[in-house]
Amino acid sequence: MENSNSTLSEYVTAVVGGQLFGLPIRRVQDVFTPERVTRVPLAPPEVAGVLNLRGRIVTLIDLRHQLGLDRGAPKGPGMAIGIELRGESYGLLIDSIGEVLQLDDTAREPNPPNLDPALARMSTGIHRLDGQLLMVLEVDRLFEGTGHAQAA
Amino acid sequence: MDDLLREFVTETHESLDVVDVELVRFEQNPNNAEILGNIFRLVHTIKGTCGFLGLPRLEALTHAAETLMGRFRDGAPATHEAVSVILTTIDRIKMILDSLDREAREPEGSDDDLIGELERMVERIAPAPAAEPGRTIGALTPQVLERPLRPGEDSLDDLERAFHATPVEVTPAKSAAPAAVMDEEPAKGGKDEEPAKSGVQSIRVAVDTLEHLMTMVSELVLTRNQLLEIARRHEDSEFKAPLQRLSNVTAELQEGVMKTRMQPIGNAWQKLPRIVRDLADDLGKQIDLEMHGAETELDRQVLDLIKDPLTHMVRNSADHGLETPAERRAVGKPERGRIRLSAYHEGGHIIVQIADDGRGLDTERIRARAIAKGLVSEADAATLTQAQIHKYIFEPGFSTAATITAISGRGVGMDVVDNNIDQIGGAIDVKSVAGVGTSFTIKIPLTLAIVAALIVEVGGAHFAIPQIAVVELVRARNAGDHRIERIRDTTVLRLRNKLLPLARLADLLGLPDAGGDPARGYIVVTQVGSRTFGVVVDKVFHTEEIVVKPMSSKLRHIAMFSGNTILGDGSVIMIIDPNGVAQALGSSVSTQIVADSEAEAREAAAAAENTSLLVFRAGSAQPKAVPLSLVTRLEEIDARTIELSDGRHMVQYRGQLMPLVTMNEKVRVKGEGAQPLLVFSDGIRSMALVVDEIIDIVEDRLDIQVASDNPGVLGSAIIKGQATEIVDVGHFLPLAFEDWFRRRERPEQVRQKAVLLVDDSHFFRNMLAPVLQAAGYVVTAVGSAAEALNLTREGRAFDVVVTDVEMPGMDGFELTEALRADARTADLPVIGLSSAVSSEAIERGRRAGFHDYVAKFDRQGLIAALKEQCDVERAA
Repeated sequence: MENSNSTLSEYVTAVVGGQLFGLPIRRVQDVFTPERVTRVPLAPPEVAGVLNLRGRIVTLIDLRHQLGLDRGAPKGPGMAIGIELRGESYGLLIDSIGEVLQLDDTAREPNPPNLDPALARMSTGIHRLDGQLLMVLEVDRLFEGTGHAQAA
Repeated sequence: MDDLLREFVTETHESLDVVDVELVRFEQNPNNAEILGNIFRLVHTIKGTCGFLGLPRLEALTHAAETLMGRFRDGAPATHEAVSVILTTIDRIKMILDSLDREAREPEGSDDDLIGELERMVERIAPAPAAEPGRTIGALTPQVLERPLRPGEDSLDDLERAFHATPVEVTPAKSAAPAAVMDEEPAKGGKDEEPAKSGVQSIRVAVDTLEHLMTMVSELVLTRNQLLEIARRHEDSEFKAPLQRLSNVTAELQEGVMKTRMQPIGNAWQKLPRIVRDLADDLGKQIDLEMHGAETELDRQVLDLIKDPLTHMVRNSADHGLETPAERRAVGKPERGRIRLSAYHEGGHIIVQIADDGRGLDTERIRARAIAKGLVSEADAATLTQAQIHKYIFEPGFSTAATITAISGRGVGMDVVDNNIDQIGGAIDVKSVAGVGTSFTIKIPLTLAIVAALIVEVGGAHFAIPQIAVVELVRARNAGDHRIERIRDTTVLRLRNKLLPLARLADLLGLPDAGGDPARGYIVVTQVGSRTFGVVVDKVFHTEEIVVKPMSSKLRHIAMFSGNTILGDGSVIMIIDPNGVAQALGSSVSTQIVADSEAEAREAAAAAENTSLLVFRAGSAQPKAVPLSLVTRLEEIDARTIELSDGRHMVQYRGQLMPLVTMNEKVRVKGEGAQPLLVFSDGIRSMALVVDEIIDIVEDRLDIQVASDNPGVLGSAIIKGQATEIVDVGHFLPLAFEDWFRRRERPEQVRQKAVLLVDDSHFFRNMLAPVLQAAGYVVTAVGSAAEALNLTREGRAFDVVVTDVEMPGMDGFELTEALRADARTADLPVIGLSSAVSSEAIERGRRAGFHDYVAKFDRQGLIAALKEQCDVERAA
């Protein structure tokens, strides 16, 4: 990313609470429809539950909640983007999945200063697309500052 | 790093660990030639291999150490200093090995200091009759080496001679083709006698390989479970038979792989003798370390996790637990302190104990520190038992050592130990008696990977409860012996004469109640440490072998869960952590108390003891209370079933007529509606006390502050901030059955004396203890003579013993004789209690050494006798 020359990055895009987000494609393991989700009593609010994905236990994170977006009920069953973080499997619950985009890193603009700081912390910048903005999510920062995430 | 070197490092580490242990043993038994032979052989092997691998520093060091050990073998005394120097040398060797492990070469540096010291030691202790090494003499053929000797290196002749001198031939020096032998050599070294001795074939397998195998077996178990689940749904499937076979094979495979991971716990203890020796040196103490059950096997993963906690605890015992020889002498103990490690299997668990005969935990200091750290309020701390206070040592950052020593005051405390043990689903408990010693008991599962679990349903969701914590399953019914009784928000289960606190899993997990009848449902009777409690669930399914997977770090903070797993049907479920449930229960005061097992009740002794009290109203607005342990059952009966017979209220109860007794004239037996009753029973007879309203069960200190002249009232005490009449049950029992007791006792304020009450009847223990407490005694009640002797032998001091005469096992006479036989308790006054006071019995009692003999129900007589004995003692 330090490279200032024009380099293309691929993003998996997804809509969460009406906002378009992009996740670096190399961080995305898979995209799946969560089924047979087990709710976890006493879990923090952003944890939507756990499920068995091909023998692995995946923790589902409600991105709406995590990103502090509108808490309205998501439409339909939703989809999840599978990522791996510090050796653990997570599923990021999204409203709908979009296409994979190739975007020029140099075209990425910094977060607007008036962006909700909670959101800004998890984003590394913004791409202007036709008619909408794509927010680049930094996977490693997703759980920062939300407590409990740091393993001992 | 090449394989050869890696293998050498591993081998040598293992050999050195053995040398460590053996040297310490040798120091204690300097005449044991076998031990010395062992050490010598090991060091020699290391030295030989170093030569081949071109490791000059190691070679020089081992050589010098070997020379010194050669002196021992020739009969020089193994002095403490000499052994110390060798141990230091071994540490240096280990240091070099570590660096070898990391960088594949020896680190820079010189060992001249140590070698010099070793050589000086050789000279000092060398009235050695043997010839100076380094000269070739005897019948050996001189051999030529084409390079100069490196420092510390032996000439080939010396080597040759050493080979002849060493009982078992190890090094391959005789081989004409050393290169070819090298590959095998390290594998052989160090365990050269094994094949010869046992004939057991063994190979080395990398731990990773085993780990991988274990993971695969775990997955296989999961898949098997899934298949079984599918087959369960298709009754007449042709898969049935082969599946059954697969299931069996999987189980066998699982067991087999499990076995490969088993290691004797002795491996975790290996370093301890050396550590203890060094500590003893540093601290100027004399310490014997005893190890029992070192061969007990457990999973290597578990072993790894407990290794550090064990070491830490042994250090603690040596540093804080044991006194200096002078201190020990002063209190009449042998100068040598003892640390005893033991391990054994107990029903799917391993029990590891670390006990010392030191000064015991400093209860007062722990209490003070707990208050200072804000863990407990001063008022609450005053009501805690010693055992409860001792538990604070497991709190984070809790260190009570007055002076932080280099040995154990490093900020890592017992909380880390507790944490590590908690992580593996184990439990730790501490028992300590001031001046006598401290003992830690660790209970750990055999393996972590696969456990049997009970699958339950709560609020529509499924959970797994580890089978090891489950004692039994009880179905609660409205009628019958297993009833859930509800007092306000507290629910308890009366199970075989014990009240178990109940935890509703739905409440603990914040799940919606299933809406079912709260008095129905299943109760999973669960045991954690010495605490037993019931976990109420909606449904119970089967047990299943589950593969424990760690919780996601987002969820790991939830104390209720220890992990999660994938069930046979593919769903993910949470594994309940019984420790977490126990802790949650502990925070609700009113339920905790009843959980106290007999064992805890025993510990909870001299310190002001909390009693669980049943608070109710009868006749007046002022609350009344009675010790809950006296109450057999709480009933609410339909008032219309109350009958009047012979001018007395009766009710048909369990096929018998049970008399109802009113507390006072103001209490009216209701004509209709529900009539609350307190039922008292001694096994045969029952009577019920009519009350207006049952208020609550509370835990508080039973401290009668104002004695009462009213019959039926022992006095008043402050219970939960309110003046409460403590009801004298003993007054009412004879009102129902005249022969139950004869009269109540008026309490008298006597200065606090410690009474040990021995009675096999739970009922009488609970009956007498409050009476004696009301009379101003501190009472410790135990259920058998053996328990009583345990207490006195542990050094607990009592002013007087009150014992039942007729008891199963050892009776009161025998107990008294045993007490008389022990010098510490020879003069302890003993009062015998018997329901039959015959002249022969009195005579027998006198011979056994009773100071007094009182009829069991003559409580006034007992109080008078106690007073007399204590007065006599005071005068003496």
